[in-house]
Amino acid sequence: MNPLETYIGPLKLKNPGMAASGIMDETGDSMVRMLNSGAGAVVTKSIGSVKRSGHMNPSFIELPYGYVNAMGLPGPGINGFKEEMETATKAGMIIGSIFASSAAEFAELAKKMEIYGASAVELNLSCPHAEGYGMEVGTDADIVHKIVSEVKDSVRIPVFAKLTPNTHILTKIGKTVQEAGGDAVVAINTLKAMVISPEFARPVLSNRFGGLSGPAIKPVGVRAVYDLYRELDIPLIGVGGICSWSDAAEYIMAGASAFQVGSAVVSDINIFEQINNGLTRFMKEFGYSSIKKMAGAAHE
Amino acid sequence: MSDVVRIISYRTESKDTKTFEFVWNKNVRTGQFVMIWIPGIDEIPMSVSSTKDVKSITVKAIGEATAAIHKLKEGDIMGIRGPYGNGFSINENERLLVVGGGVGVAAVMPAVRETGADMIIGAKSKDEIIMEQEARRHSKNVWVSTDDGTHGFKGNAVQLMKERITEKEYDMIIACGPEIMLYHIHKACDELNIKYQLSLERYMKCGIGLCGSCVMDGMRVCADGPVFRNEQIPMLKEFGRSKRDPSGIKIDL
Ligand SMILES: Cc1cc2nc3c(=O)[nH]c(=O)nc-3n(C[C@H](O)[C@H](O)[C@H](O)COP(=O)(O)OP(=O)(O)OC[C@H]3O[C@@H](n4cnc5c(N)ncnc54)[C@H](O)[C@@H]3O)c2cc1C
Ligand SMILES: Cc1cc2nc3c(=O)[nH]c(=O)nc-3n(C[C@H](O)[C@H](O)[C@H](O)COP(=O)(O)O)c2cc1C
Ligand code: FES
Repeated sequence: MNPLETYIGPLKLKNPGMAASGIMDETGDSMVRMLNSGAGAVVTKSIGSVKRSGHMNPSFIELPYGYVNAMGLPGPGINGFKEEMETATKAGMIIGSIFASSAAEFAELAKKMEIYGASAVELNLSCPHAEGYGMEVGTDADIVHKIVSEVKDSVRIPVFAKLTPNTHILTKIGKTVQEAGGDAVVAINTLKAMVISPEFARPVLSNRFGGLSGPAIKPVGVRAVYDLYRELDIPLIGVGGICSWSDAAEYIMAGASAFQVGSAVVSDINIFEQINNGLTRFMKEFGYSSIKKMAGAAHE
Repeated sequence: MSDVVRIISYRTESKDTKTFEFVWNKNVRTGQFVMIWIPGIDEIPMSVSSTKDVKSITVKAIGEATAAIHKLKEGDIMGIRGPYGNGFSINENERLLVVGGGVGVAAVMPAVRETGADMIIGAKSKDEIIMEQEARRHSKNVWVSTDDGTHGFKGNAVQLMKERITEKEYDMIIACGPEIMLYHIHKACDELNIKYQLSLERYMKCGIGLCGSCVMDGMRVCADGPVFRNEQIPMLKEFGRSKRDPSGIKIDL
């Protein structure tokens, strides 16, 4: 048996590593490339109802320990994404990430993603830099309940909710997702952040603030998954700062059944293969026969 | 990492193109690029036109950000991050022909300075030719084409290149310029079995291979390129045909 095989509710993945939303997933061919590089699944760029160019440049900053981005949810809009999905779904498992400002809009987008062949939908309740979207709808438990239940009523494929760490009620929101019928919780999106240029005496990003990703946020993400695991029964997907098999192992031991990798794709686009190999070796050496046996090990 | 550099000098290359020099403590290979930040306006990709201790960018004014760079004077500052991309791979043992079209000349100029290779400079008209004198200081054979025949060969850079490569043998052609020019270099060189490296452009945001804004057929122009080799070019179906706007929608070239 393949020790890396894992389940997220009804969804079977040949390995637990997925490409996170927003990283090399705006076009069909990019997603095919990520699948071919060893990702068990690819989450699409978060797609909305209409075309958006995103925020003006600078929309991205490199730091020694991570990145701050304020892409501003650019994308072709759901109708313009059909052709990209056609290309991508032929190559493997695609999870359609969507963003909207109301439950009804989320449900419409989810239906289209299902028609396009997505294996699941991921609700972006967590982007920190797009006004009226993301964490602005994802930190209010009543709104989250309405969104998740309405989407659940409108599609048959599993529904994941991606949460923000920029709140003190993370576990409350997680429980709300579970109560509303959500199939899994994805944590975490980026941490709201700002970088100022002393020479120019102004924030660097055109949007002023953005979201921090990369190695700097890993301990925050691991803690978030650990907290959620204690309160929730539905599967968790860990994301934030994963660069190696040991980072992935931390998330799994905190309670994740699968994980996602975003920023680390910069240094190596074939990172999934490396992580899969490292995890397999580690599991063999330390006697974990499956991801399921390893998930939550740090709680025992 | 983001830095701030101070302009130490600038010069006018043609009616719409200027070169800005600055000291920047980074190793840069020929064909790599940087992201230049003009606060309050934009951040845009620029090839590095001089890669020694004193670096430079050579900017053609075509819109808001490039016009803003043109207003900078000695002592002014700009934001810079990079260098990004792979750059050209230059082999001393290969007989090299360097082709630059329009402001694309700037991106390949360091190769001529380093190797003294033969060069073709293409422009629409005499007043749009850049860096001809400098190329002549480093290379014995510099040929110029203008579409309207106001200077040098009358015709485009590819027609001139085809003429030159029948008279003299080359192992490798490196080129930067308008995509239509690069597309025809690819066609001509494939036919004649000459190796080549082409520097491409697409809309860039992150510049380091994360956001996917600059992709062509799944290849990231910023991180897997901007220079693509003759084995790779035929696999890029979007090359010479389409590009993507800042929202990711495909548009015909
Ligand atoms: C790798 C690379 C190297 C380049 N090197 C040079 C150089 O050495 N000298 C030079 O003069 N120009 C170079 N360019 C082109 C330069 O980036 C554009 O001319 C500049 O961005 C125009 O900005 P603007 O605000 O003046 O014009 P705008 O009116 O904003 O844009 C005009 C056109 O410029 C292009 N452009 C604008 N923003 C971007 C962006 N973020 N990424 C890519 N293209 C963009 C688009 O095609 C757009 O239609 C390079 C581009 C790339 C991708
Ligand atoms: C350039 C960039 C774009 C992103 N776009 C999205 C997005 O569209 N939707 C989303 O849910 N998350 C988006 N994210 C967040 C990532 O999916 C991920 O949650 C976060 O970057 C933390 O993981 P990492 O440290 O592995 O990058 C983006 C991140 C980056 C760096
Ligand atoms: S500009 Fe972001 S991947 Fe190339």
